[in-house]
Amino acid sequence: MKSLLALGVVVLTTAALAWAGSDAQPKAGGAPKPAITKAVKGEQCVEDTDYMRRNHMKVLNQHRDQTVIEGVRSKKHSLKECINCHASEKTGSVAAAKEDFCVSCHSYAAVKIDCFDCHSTKPQGSAAMHPLNAETAHYKHQLAAQATSKVSAEEMARVAQ
Amino acid sequence: MASITFREVEGSSLKYWLLFGFFGLFVLFGALAWNYMHHHGHVVTGMDNQIVWGLPHVFAVFLIVAASGALNVASIASVFNKPMYKPLAPLSAVLSLALMLGGLLVLVLDLGRSDRLIVAMTHFNFKSMFTWNVFLYSGFFGLVGVYLWTMLDRSVKTYSKAAGTAAFIWRLVLTTGTGSLFGFLIARELYGTAMLAPMFIIMSFAYGLAVYLMVLAAAYAWTGRTLGDAVMMRLKSLLVVFVAAVLYFVVVHHMTNLYFTKFHAVEAFILRDGGIFTTLFWVGQILVGGVIPLIILLSALGKQRTWIMIACALVILGGVAQMYVTIIGAQAYPLDLFPGLTEKSSFFDGEVHGYSPSMPELFLGLGGVAIALLATTFAVKVLRLLPASLDDATVAKLEH
Amino acid sequence: MSELKSMSDNTPNSPQLESQQRRRFIGAATATAAGLAIAPGVMLYEVAHGRSEDEAVSSAVRWGMLVDATKCATGCNDCVSACSTENGWTSVAESKHPKQAPQWIRKLELQDPLTQMETNLPMMCQHCAEPPCVDVCPTGASFKRADGIVLVNRHTCIGCRYCMMACPYKARSLVHESLNDTQKPDVPRGIGCVEACTLCVQKIDRGDGNTACAEACTAAGHNALLFGDMNDPESEISKRLRELPTKQVRADLNLNLGVRYHGI
Repeated sequence: MKSLLALGVVVLTTAALAWAGSDAQPKAGGAPKPAITKAVKGEQCVEDTDYMRRNHMKVLNQHRDQTVIEGVRSKKHSLKECINCHASEKTGSVAAAKEDFCVSCHSYAAVKIDCFDCHSTKPQGSAAMHPLNAETAHYKHQLAAQATSKVSAEEMARVAQ
Repeated sequence: MASITFREVEGSSLKYWLLFGFFGLFVLFGALAWNYMHHHGHVVTGMDNQIVWGLPHVFAVFLIVAASGALNVASIASVFNKPMYKPLAPLSAVLSLALMLGGLLVLVLDLGRSDRLIVAMTHFNFKSMFTWNVFLYSGFFGLVGVYLWTMLDRSVKTYSKAAGTAAFIWRLVLTTGTGSLFGFLIARELYGTAMLAPMFIIMSFAYGLAVYLMVLAAAYAWTGRTLGDAVMMRLKSLLVVFVAAVLYFVVVHHMTNLYFTKFHAVEAFILRDGGIFTTLFWVGQILVGGVIPLIILLSALGKQRTWIMIACALVILGGVAQMYVTIIGAQAYPLDLFPGLTEKSSFFDGEVHGYSPSMPELFLGLGGVAIALLATTFAVKVLRLLPASLDDATVAKLEH
Repeated sequence: MSELKSMSDNTPNSPQLESQQRRRFIGAATATAAGLAIAPGVMLYEVAHGRSEDEAVSSAVRWGMLVDATKCATGCNDCVSACSTENGWTSVAESKHPKQAPQWIRKLELQDPLTQMETNLPMMCQHCAEPPCVDVCPTGASFKRADGIVLVNRHTCIGCRYCMMACPYKARSLVHESLNDTQKPDVPRGIGCVEACTLCVQKIDRGDGNTACAEACTAAGHNALLFGDMNDPESEISKRLRELPTKQVRADLNLNLGVRYHGI
């Protein structure tokens, strides 16, 4: 009985190693390097590029907890501002196409991004988004709401400077 | 005290592997069902914003409740010092672990974000009954695991009673916790009562024992080992007491509600006007799950092995019906935001909510059952859980 | 590095600054610069609520709403569509799966079966001071912000739906399907997580001082919804609440609601 179990373990381990080996090798050589496009807007990231490459998740996580729980909406480390700068010119998004800023690195590193199940991948006020807005624009309250939605356009303009 | 020889099931026959494959197939179906639900979201299920807990919860809660009850036999042996039950204890412990595993898997795979299970293990809100249950379930695995070890390893046998007692107390608390998942809800009329905790404990006794009896009889019949009537009759009498006690609790619960005018409408819904829920209550829970098994077990039919098995199967079916009525029936009845007024809205306020379970939900639930049985089938093959014989003579020797 | 930081910190002082922006900065060190530019339209009570960007919300404020059911028009759905537009959830009429579609706010039509009296009102998260959804949430994802707004932290929500079982107002919805990047940048929401009315938290934090539903109701001329700080005795809502008899829905549960109804 025991020998049977042991045999099973050996077989499984060998199989797993063989599978891992065969899979890892071509990937290391053949996978396309991530295409890191320079941010469309803005001159320089809010932190050092080297630091951000390694620690952007820490920065984002800390800021997200502050924002959600304490209502702190400072711009510097907010995901929204990352998207504002890094959205690709082609897709208007950071994660819509393979070459887009977030996806290109993350697929190379094989790290799943959880952000965009919930967060929009596009900057505020982008024309490409929200078919819903166009559809529901006839609502009466739009008139009233416009006074406030202007903010975002201005914000965008400022970021674009 | 006479010693008993425990032996693994050989498990090399075609029949064993067919059984193994059969359960395995359902585990696979369950996995595929989860994958489908996880990929598309709950939109592919019958659940919606009115019936938020559906068929997977029915299966999950049933399995968790039965898991706690399956430990009965072991508890009677070591906590209450009944030597006759000692040889039955190891299977009891393994079955309870297996059922718990199946139930928990269904529960966590039905989460909207089942990929975030780690969050549930790292973020706790101690006012939540769910959080308490996370600890109760993990503790259950630990304690019953240790208990099983003390039963299987002679060198730690002296700790068996202590471990058994700890596991016994723990599982009472655990089922209190499971019942309180519903008991601690203020929103719905059929919940929010301390009755649910003891009711779930007694239900766990009945369902767990019924499952145990079926697994025990099947294991002995399919391996050609002898299972004497002494064991069967003893366990059968126990089942009678448990099933009768469940009926008692159900009657008290509904009678209490019927006394309060504010509960009249919801009681009328379950007992009279609820369509499928009324049918499931009277036919499923009361007749199939209670009255008929009692008649079988207390009449002459109860002396025949086949009829005992039928009674056990009915208790299990009745248990699933009871969970369906308890979990889904309570949600189907609309929330009463404005007592005394009729309500209408785009969000189905004021109307009875329909629910038709989808295939993936059913297979996810069945997958949980299958994994519990698969684990048990595997465990009896690799561990010495089952006595080589439980004929009347062997059992009689234990009694003194 | 440090230069960069100060650069980005200073940008909000630029002349294009919108009035909301100014309000937000008033309490901060930049007040001198921004203070010069206070627009005449900024009302004083709103200034009191202004927080600087990196200041946490405080329990000195309790956001709440007064619903005047006597002014709520039959058949009018403006608050619901305004909410849907502001927060980006598909309205039930347009949804492919109406039974599973989230509804952050809904119009309830009530009738007394004896007297035939009809009442109309919007129903949404009541922002309880003692929220049952927060009690039952296993991970603490369901939480009450210091300023009284009950929210779901989607980063820790596992979609167990226990809060939906616990809510006496059926205020919460599960997102049943993928939203395919149709979310608003200001309102993240996503598959498998539970959501509900946030009192337009993104608007409040921006300093708007009003919710989309209340704005729409006012724009339609009904004035049935009044939003404000219930802790500030000088706020419009506090003044009205002092005069007008109001009730809490399911007051028997004693949850101390942030939404109060007149005319029910």
